[in-house]
Amino acid sequence: MRIGITMEVIEAAGLTKVFNGSLVAVDHVNFSVTEGEIFGFLGPNGAGKTTTINMLITVLKPTEGTASVYGYDIAKQARQVRSTIGVVPQEYTADEDLTGYENIILCADLYGIPRDVSKKRAADLLQLVELTSFKDKKVQTYSGGMRRRLELACGLINRPKVLFLDEPTLGLDVQTRTATWDYIKMLKKEYGMTLFMTTHYLEEADALCDRIAIIDHGKIVTIGSPEVLKNNLGGDIITLSIQQDSDITGLIETTEHVKDVKKQNGLYMIKAENGELTAPQIIEVLRRNGYSVTRLSLAKPTLNEVYLDYTGKSFRDTEESKESFVKQRITLRRARGR
Amino acid sequence: MSRPNGQYAAVLHGLWALTNRDLKKWYKEPILFFISILQPALWMGLFGKAMNLGAVLSSNPAIPPDAAKQIMRQTFGTSDYFSFMAVGMLSFVVLFTTMFSGMSIVWDRRLGFLNKVLSTPVARGVIIFSKVLSATLRSTAQSAIVIIIALLLGLQLSPDFNPLNLLGVFAIIFLVCVGLSSLFVLIAIRSTRWETQMAVVNLLNLPLMFGSNAFFPTRMMPDWLQPAVRMNPVTYTTDALRQLLILNTDVTQLMIDFTYLGIFAAIFASVGIVLSWRYLSK
Repeated sequence: MRIGITMEVIEAAGLTKVFNGSLVAVDHVNFSVTEGEIFGFLGPNGAGKTTTINMLITVLKPTEGTASVYGYDIAKQARQVRSTIGVVPQEYTADEDLTGYENIILCADLYGIPRDVSKKRAADLLQLVELTSFKDKKVQTYSGGMRRRLELACGLINRPKVLFLDEPTLGLDVQTRTATWDYIKMLKKEYGMTLFMTTHYLEEADALCDRIAIIDHGKIVTIGSPEVLKNNLGGDIITLSIQQDSDITGLIETTEHVKDVKKQNGLYMIKAENGELTAPQIIEVLRRNGYSVTRLSLAKPTLNEVYLDYTGKSFRDTEESKESFVKQRITLRRARGR
Repeated sequence: MSRPNGQYAAVLHGLWALTNRDLKKWYKEPILFFISILQPALWMGLFGKAMNLGAVLSSNPAIPPDAAKQIMRQTFGTSDYFSFMAVGMLSFVVLFTTMFSGMSIVWDRRLGFLNKVLSTPVARGVIIFSKVLSATLRSTAQSAIVIIIALLLGLQLSPDFNPLNLLGVFAIIFLVCVGLSSLFVLIAIRSTRWETQMAVVNLLNLPLMFGSNAFFPTRMMPDWLQPAVRMNPVTYTTDALRQLLILNTDVTQLMIDFTYLGIFAAIFASVGIVLSWRYLSK
């Protein structure tokens, strides 16, 4: 093993899943995830995110193509893959009739972890996700956030090298979502864990992921860090107006880092790199030429623009199986703590 | 890398964890546990005591009491219809417990638990077999309680009953449970709707129960029905249980019962495990 060199933890080549011979859920997808990064799959509902994750965690068999996790082939060495990974599914899969502690021990047993080891780990994990005081309560009494934390603890019981998170904050309120993000960030920071997650929340991908693959209709449309994706759109937007009536488009265009200027209803819309630095420069140039700026605003492109740029603006009416719809409904109901 | 011993231990570890998860839902829920015992007791009390076929004969003044007993003995092998019926009730308990083993796998699929289990290294066959095993253990426990209730309600054990016969009783119950719950789990293995599973189970349940000798002797049934009854595992179960509990044991027939149920259990359990490799993941 090459030590000190970044390693590809997940590699997918031409990964494809076709359901019932005709429904192409994932279409020849290629990507790789390096050690220690948070890699996000972002896309609208029905884009193929969960199908991809289910293939990587060996629950679904690919129709075509291959993928490997830590060098193990997901089809031929599924057993080794399963021992290496941890999974936090989209649904709340903890058994309602068991206590939080019993659920974690059940997960440990499924990995064949001896009881003396699993007891200790369960205690540590319950501490980590702050459920120690609720560990002997049945899961049916848990709130959405507590259930999500319990799923997280279960996914970590085998000390996985890669953790797969499918829509980790689906249906959670803002506070719980932010708290969940903190847990995810901590896993990366403290344990150097590699994380693969799917989400359809843009701000989530932006806040957590080192790199994002935007997937739509089963195909990856772009991959990159949130910053690069945003910069590819053409940079920040500075909007300003001046007291005087004259057209200063030419003057602004010559300023460094300005890419494009448009005049609209007396407002100048300026596309520029590093808006925070460019805006003062523009003000300075204008002041030196005797113009005074009356108002100015700076907008950074959000992943929202990137996303819409790639996936189109319309809402999708995707066909979803009754099964996944029911699962999602149950998940949302539990998230709200019923 | 491969350490056979460690792997066998891991298989048993996972098997017991999943089995115990299903069992806990039953024994840790006092109401459910109580109902699951009350139900066969009610059946026995109402069906066996109220529908007393013996009384049809004994209360008829045209039939002398001795002749009535004689007819009963010739028909049911014992003059006491309740004893005949109570043993049939044991088969009934087994059938009803095992039919739900398929339901829980449908729910596990629906709630996403199955997917989570599938992403762990636990062997695929173990997932299926844990359902079979939990249904088996549950029926065995329920059957033991039903036998006690039946004794309290007046089950007459055969004169040559030997406490060792109980081992035979539980061996029979074990075999038929493994076979039947494998069958019901097999039906459920691809199912995503519990409604469908419920309909199929109900459809199968009636012929399995009444197309057997559990409540009525086979040879008095219509000719067209008898071959079907003779293929029904419930028939062999009930016959073996009657021989061990209330009748004089016919060793040859008992061996045939054991063999038939053994083959039944082996075939369905293996088919279940083989299909789980193919069909649990899509």
